Amino acid sequence: MTETTKTILSEHTRSEIDMWLEKYPEDQKRSAVLAALREAQHQNDGYLTTELMDAVAEYLGMSNIAVYEVASFYSMFETEPVGRHSISVCTNISCLLMGSDDIVNHVEKKLGIKTGESTADGKFYIKCEEECLAACCGGPMMMIDHKYYENLTTDKVDEILDSLD
Amino acid sequence: MSDDQITIEVDGKSLKADKGQMLIEVTDANDIYVPRFCYHKKLTVAANCRMCLVEVEKAPKPLPACATPVMDGMVVKTQSNVAIDAQKSIMEFLLINHPLDCPICDQGGECELQDLAMGYGGDVSRYQEKKRVVKDKNIGPLIQTDLTRCIHCTRCVRFGEEVAGLREMGATGRGENMEIGTYIEKSVSSEMSGNIIDLCPVGALTSKPFRYSARTWELVQKDGVAPHDSVGSNIHFHVKGDRVKRVAPAENESINEVWLSDRDRFSYEGVYSDDRLQTPMIKEDGSWKEVDWETALDVVKDKLNGVIDSHSAEQIGILASPSSTLEELYLLQKFASGIGANNIDTRLRQADFSDQDSVSQFPYLGQAVSEFESVQSALLIGSNLRKEQPIINHRLRKAALKGAAVMLLNPVDYDFNYPLAAKSIVAPDQLSVELTAILKALIESSDGSVDAQAKQCAENANVTDAHRTIASKLVDSDNAIVLLGNIATAHPQFSLLRSLAGLIAKISNSKLGYLSEAANSSGAWLAGAVPHRNAGGKECTSAGLNSNEMLQAKLKAYVLMGVEPELDCWDSRAARAAMNDADLVISLTAYRSDEIENYADVMLPISAFVETSGSYINNEGISQSFTGAVPPLGEARPAWKLLRVLGNIFNLDDFEYQSSSDVNTEVMQSIGDIKAENMDHWRSPVAIEKNAADLQRITETPMNMIDPICRRAVSLQKTDNVSDGAIHINTALADKNNLSDADTAKVEQDDDAVNLKVVIDDRVPDDCVLIQSAHPAQIDLGAAFGSIRIAKA
Repeated sequence: MTETTKTILSEHTRSEIDMWLEKYPEDQKRSAVLAALREAQHQNDGYLTTELMDAVAEYLGMSNIAVYEVASFYSMFETEPVGRHSISVCTNISCLLMGSDDIVNHVEKKLGIKTGESTADGKFYIKCEEECLAACCGGPMMMIDHKYYENLTTDKVDEILDSLD
Repeated sequence: MSDDQITIEVDGKSLKADKGQMLIEVTDANDIYVPRFCYHKKLTVAANCRMCLVEVEKAPKPLPACATPVMDGMVVKTQSNVAIDAQKSIMEFLLINHPLDCPICDQGGECELQDLAMGYGGDVSRYQEKKRVVKDKNIGPLIQTDLTRCIHCTRCVRFGEEVAGLREMGATGRGENMEIGTYIEKSVSSEMSGNIIDLCPVGALTSKPFRYSARTWELVQKDGVAPHDSVGSNIHFHVKGDRVKRVAPAENESINEVWLSDRDRFSYEGVYSDDRLQTPMIKEDGSWKEVDWETALDVVKDKLNGVIDSHSAEQIGILASPSSTLEELYLLQKFASGIGANNIDTRLRQADFSDQDSVSQFPYLGQAVSEFESVQSALLIGSNLRKEQPIINHRLRKAALKGAAVMLLNPVDYDFNYPLAAKSIVAPDQLSVELTAILKALIESSDGSVDAQAKQCAENANVTDAHRTIASKLVDSDNAIVLLGNIATAHPQFSLLRSLAGLIAKISNSKLGYLSEAANSSGAWLAGAVPHRNAGGKECTSAGLNSNEMLQAKLKAYVLMGVEPELDCWDSRAARAAMNDADLVISLTAYRSDEIENYADVMLPISAFVETSGSYINNEGISQSFTGAVPPLGEARPAWKLLRVLGNIFNLDDFEYQSSSDVNTEVMQSIGDIKAENMDHWRSPVAIEKNAADLQRITETPMNMIDPICRRAVSLQKTDNVSDGAIHINTALADKNNLSDADTAKVEQDDDAVNLKVVIDDRVPDDCVLIQSAHPAQIDLGAAFGSIRIAKA
């Protein structure tokens, strides 16, 4: 590992990746790429930079482009700067029937941005959510920073967003 | 029928096939055409384009021929309604997003998609929605991207992973947003990157230098042999009118397979450099004057005879490019011996010739190019193989990926695109020390039947486990080779290195091979264009001066053929000084340059490689002949014709050739059988001298600087594989001298000093300075190896 990789990936990130690496055979380090990218993204307030992806590539002994492929394929990875709180409002069928459109409108109005955009202060990002988040019993629902919030109302959304720092 | 053979039926014909073969391999072998985009015989199967769908009886739906293993009794229909319908549907999908820009696409006319659209495409597209557009990426000076045309076959991606060993292209994004590219803006850096131009079945990746300069149907394809390495890759010249527009590989399974290095692919641009010399010129009272051939040759005769009369023919030094053809070199040496001159050499980047007599016919590669695939271990000494001989490196890479132990002893930590079993990076003076230690490790483990003298020379070596590992890998392999590369050849103790390498090879029962630099390095020996051999490679009783001696001796006259001595010779400073001080310099050259105009008295325009017929004998001893693909520019003439006329003008006997093949017949007769073998030439090594206080210079010749043509190939010169005119030192040495990256350093060698930029390069060992040759900034430094001093400027 070069010094650059050491400085780019924090000690915490590296120890998290190491924990994942233990689960896979020594010669199949690339199996940990999803976990490693997730950790790297956490470290950097929710998005990946080329430097971070290169560092992950070196850490796992992969070619850089192979890591870019994975990062650009999966929707949970951001490769452009985004707000540090990532909001995904589910708009799939169950949530839609339960009024997710209103929730989306409310969030957009409250934050003054459209879906796919980040607030100017870099605090919030509304993600385009493509798939069902598998919490149909609690629709409408949203996920913020990997945490699920169910049975939403506009008041509840206000409360949740206001509580984030 | 053997157990591994089965019978299948395709389109009613019964075919024999091997078990495990893919269906498409069997149909290809039997000339049954199945359309395809992603399948390529040299790449792994991806089966993602689906164009090769065929009907297989008992299968519920059409199967891709590229990914369907044959089974005994299988009945396949490639032309049935089911198959054709499936192929047409696939074609309709592929054309959904493909632009209709064939009229402005460089691939038009040779496009697999275009051809298949003719055969399988509908007349009218049913697709009414928006087509996707992909932004083009700049991936360097050699390859043009038009990625909207990409059909995602991933051949380029697989090439990077499987052949280039350097995954640079990838498929990023997903679904409709998937794009082929490098993701970040970067130039692809593989020395074989141009092959993705051939691999791309559409116009997404095309040749950047060729772009918009001809339509493919205007081009005439002619055969040739690539001139820039000692492999002799087979090539096609694509010619429009009298100009080469493009170079592509010709398939030759035993040499270059289907690949070509970038250097061989794009060097043709150098043929059309602005500084091509197109008329004979003579210098009169210090100014250059264009003259006709007759006048020029008369001047040559008068002046050469003048030198011979007032001094002697021994005062004539003849330096020729090892990329010259066999016929040119043969006639040059025949002319030389006709006028009594025996100082002739083509080994320009070499300094130690002390055991030149111990080589058999020529420095032989040790085995066939194709055999590198099957070696079990290889010890590479002083070689940046990837850049020196990309095709051999590719073969060796295949062996390495199959588990062969490739081991390295180098003065610079060059990047290799496969795993190495051992690596030792040491200063130039330590190369022989390391080899001696490997030798001692071998002697320790051998049964004792080793030459006493050899034992004695290895006695004081300090053997570590690393040496023992290398020794045991060589011994344990049934098929091992010890190879000496270009840096070893240029080493001031080359004879010592090869003595030791020879001994290591002998004791470990390995082959010994030399990696020659140029297309005709081997042919030059056989043609007699080395001072110690006569025509036919026969031993010569009175050896002339070698290239380095000729330059150090400051002779009265020099005759140059395709050589820029200050850039092509081992000691650039001595070369320039010798030229400047000589009374007469006659340059047979394709180019004019300020340097040549400064020192030469006569410049005779000779044709570049593509403009002459001739032959090259590659490093493996294979002679390959070719015809000129285009006529020479202007008044330039093939050098063999020029030499033939010179022979006549000097009234020399037997210079009545009608064609280059007449010359070829004569030279091949004098060679007789080409004996591809390396003699056992063990001699007791000489003592190693070393001045501990000084730094050591290391010189490499970047792949695109190797000869005058490459140096003028505009696009190749935009790549990273060129000289930067800087000193490369590692961090420790930089710190010691208080230098940092991009600083200017005063660099002293012998009595001269120049200021050069500093590049921090940790591939260089401690207390060594790496300099890239053939750069104008470093000419005054001189010898390629030796003591050097640096300080902050």
